[in-house]
Amino acid sequence: MPHTTNTQGPLWEVFTQKKSGQPFTHAGSVHAFDKEMAIENARDLYTRRGEATGLWVVPAEAIVAVQPDEAAPFFDPSDDKIYRYPTFYEVPEGAKNI
Amino acid sequence: MNSDNRFEAFQQYIDSEEKIEPKDWMPDEYRLHNIRQISQHAHSEVIGMQPEGNWITRAPSLRAKKILLAKIQDEGGHGLYLYSAAETLGITRDELIEQLHSGKAKYSSVFNYPTLNWADIGAIGWLVDGAAVTNQLSLRRTSYGPYSRAMMRICNEESFHQRQGYEIMAKMATGTPEQHAMAQSAIDRWWWPALMMFGPHDNDSPRTSNGLRWKIKRAGNDELRQRFIDKTVPQAEVIGLKIPDPRLRWNEETQHYEIGPINWDEFHRVVRGEGPCNSQRMAHHKHWHAEGAWVREAAAAYAARHNTNPVRV
Repeated sequence: MPHTTNTQGPLWEVFTQKKSGQPFTHAGSVHAFDKEMAIENARDLYTRRGEATGLWVVPAEAIVAVQPDEAAPFFDPSDDKIYRYPTFYEVPEGAKNI
Repeated sequence: MNSDNRFEAFQQYIDSEEKIEPKDWMPDEYRLHNIRQISQHAHSEVIGMQPEGNWITRAPSLRAKKILLAKIQDEGGHGLYLYSAAETLGITRDELIEQLHSGKAKYSSVFNYPTLNWADIGAIGWLVDGAAVTNQLSLRRTSYGPYSRAMMRICNEESFHQRQGYEIMAKMATGTPEQHAMAQSAIDRWWWPALMMFGPHDNDSPRTSNGLRWKIKRAGNDELRQRFIDKTVPQAEVIGLKIPDPRLRWNEETQHYEIGPINWDEFHRVVRGEGPCNSQRMAHHKHWHAEGAWVREAAAAYAARHNTNPVRV
């Protein structure tokens, strides 16, 4: 895809926290030229109805992600360790609260 | 993997209701279909701000003005969610706007009709947003992840739009005889364009089959149109407005309303650019986009000078 000049500023990924104590989740992205503009644009776009008590913006370029075609081997080491789950273990009949 | 297998694996992945994410492999045609559909959707949200903006300074009360401002701000926001989703497919915002300006990208032709009286603002919320939300509820299950997530966000906000429109219509329809006449005039002019928003009949719609096979679309045009008709006709009855279709009737057997023929000549004329407001809408967008250039340039210059920007511009 050919790229013309970008007049919109770089892309920032937006994360919102719905309530204190909850994890931040990805909401979407915004264009902005600096941090201040990014956080204000993110507020105006993603929190118009009380969706957030916390807000992060991160330059999209700074995010490191696993590429989809590498995902299978990358996550493979956790596949064969079923003893990491509580259901792996036998509990003697009659034992409670465990 | 050879290329046949790739296509097959892609189809299987979609058939198992998995979502496609930006960096996954996808056929070029899938990418282009999504860019076309998402950008058309984004442009529609943004151009749709114009017919409503026409009434901001003339809203009949402060309450009505505040609501209209909030609604139009939402439409701008919906455009931005959708532009962001389209950009994940490897096209820039500037290219998307360029395609709108050159006419390569379309927007919903319903926004090429004028808003002649205050009841038109009610009709847009109730009928145009009502039709849009019928389509969007179905699109929450679209196969492209970023598009699906944008749809969920948009659907949450659209229900306010539809209700505020219906409230305006209900107030006017039960007001003075003059107000009732304005409400009836609005539904007379917006009913058919709203039905056309769902697009041509599926038999005449060239792209429906690919869209359905790849689950970009989740229901055919006719099915969605029928859903909208079935829920809207009784709403009109409740507020005492007449649907402008002498052939409209309830079919007891199918449990659906049947309508008269849609004027597709009009639809194609408006899509071709010959609607009442096509040139006005485009000229307005081009003018204000150009007027905003200095703001973008100043912001870029400020960011460069203050080095507040951690990423390259």
